[in-house]
Amino acid sequence: MRAAIILFPGINREGDIARALRQATGAEPAIVWHAEHELPPGLDLVVLPGGFSYGDYLRCGAIAARAPIMRAVTDHAARGGLVLGVCNGFQILCEAGLLPGVLMRNAELRFICKMQYLRVENAQTSFTRRYAPGQVVKFAIAHGEGNFVADDDTRRKIEAEGRVAFRYCDAQGRIGDDSNPNGAINSIAGVFNDRFNVLGLMPHPENLIDPLVGGIDGRALFASLAA
Amino acid sequence: MKARVIVTLKSGVLDPQGKAIEGALKGLAVDGLTSVRQGKVFDIELDGDDHATARRRLSEACERLLANSIVENYAIEIA
Repeated sequence: MRAAIILFPGINREGDIARALRQATGAEPAIVWHAEHELPPGLDLVVLPGGFSYGDYLRCGAIAARAPIMRAVTDHAARGGLVLGVCNGFQILCEAGLLPGVLMRNAELRFICKMQYLRVENAQTSFTRRYAPGQVVKFAIAHGEGNFVADDDTRRKIEAEGRVAFRYCDAQGRIGDDSNPNGAINSIAGVFNDRFNVLGLMPHPENLIDPLVGGIDGRALFASLAA
Repeated sequence: MKARVIVTLKSGVLDPQGKAIEGALKGLAVDGLTSVRQGKVFDIELDGDDHATARRRLSEACERLLANSIVENYAIEIA
C-alpha cells in the first residue's frame, strides 16, 4: 500500500492520518504539497485530510478543490486509484466534482466537536470491508459545515446504488433527527463515487485508532485499505 | 470596468444563517420582514470596456469558482 497525503494551506489533520496509515500499513505515507502538479508514481491511495483549507474562504473546500494537484488527484481517481477525503477533505472532493452533493452549514449553526455513532451502510468496498454490514461504530466529529445536501435525483441515485458509506445514528444504530448532528439529508455521513474508489466522510476515523484516546473503531477503515 | 456578481442560494435550499439573521431582526422588532436569505456579493474590476467579453469572463468565474451550481445561483451586473 503506497499512500500520499495532500497538504493544502490550513489543513491540520495530516499528522493523524499519517499515524493511522503507518499503523495499518507499516509504511510512511508521502506528503504532497498542493502546488505540485504530479503525484508520486505507483500510488494506491491519496488522502485529503481535515482542517480548514484557505480558512474556509468562499465555501469550505472551494479554493483547495482548484489547486494544481487536484488535476493529478482526479486523474488518479479516473485510473481507479483510491481517494479518501475526511472532513475538509470530503468538502474538497465535493467541490472538485469527485463526489456528489455539497456540505452546507450545520442546521443548528454551531461547530460540533464530539463523539458520534455511525452505522456502516456498505461493507463491501475497499474502504469498509473490515466492518460488518450494519455495524455501529463510534468516530469523532468536528465540523461546522457537515450538512450534506444533494438534489432529489442525486439523492435517489446515491441511495439506489448503495453509495452511502456511513449514516449518523444512535448507540443502537437507529437513524433519525435525534441522532443527526448537522441536518444532513438521510443522515448521510459519508458517500462513495459511482465506482466506489472515492470516499468522503465528515467523521474522523483517524482519531479512533488507539484505546488511549477513546476507542479503535477507526482502525478497520485503514485496515480495509491496507488489506 | 467594474462589475458586481451576486451569488444567492437556490430556492428550496435551507439557509440556517439567513434564518438566524431573520430571528435577530425580529428580535429587534424590525416590523414587516417575512423572510431573510443570505448571499454573497463580489465587486470585480476587469480590463477592457467590452460588455460581452466582460460578461463571458464573469460567467466563467462564476461557473468555475464563485458559485456552486448545486445550491447557488448567480447574477452579473456590469456598470
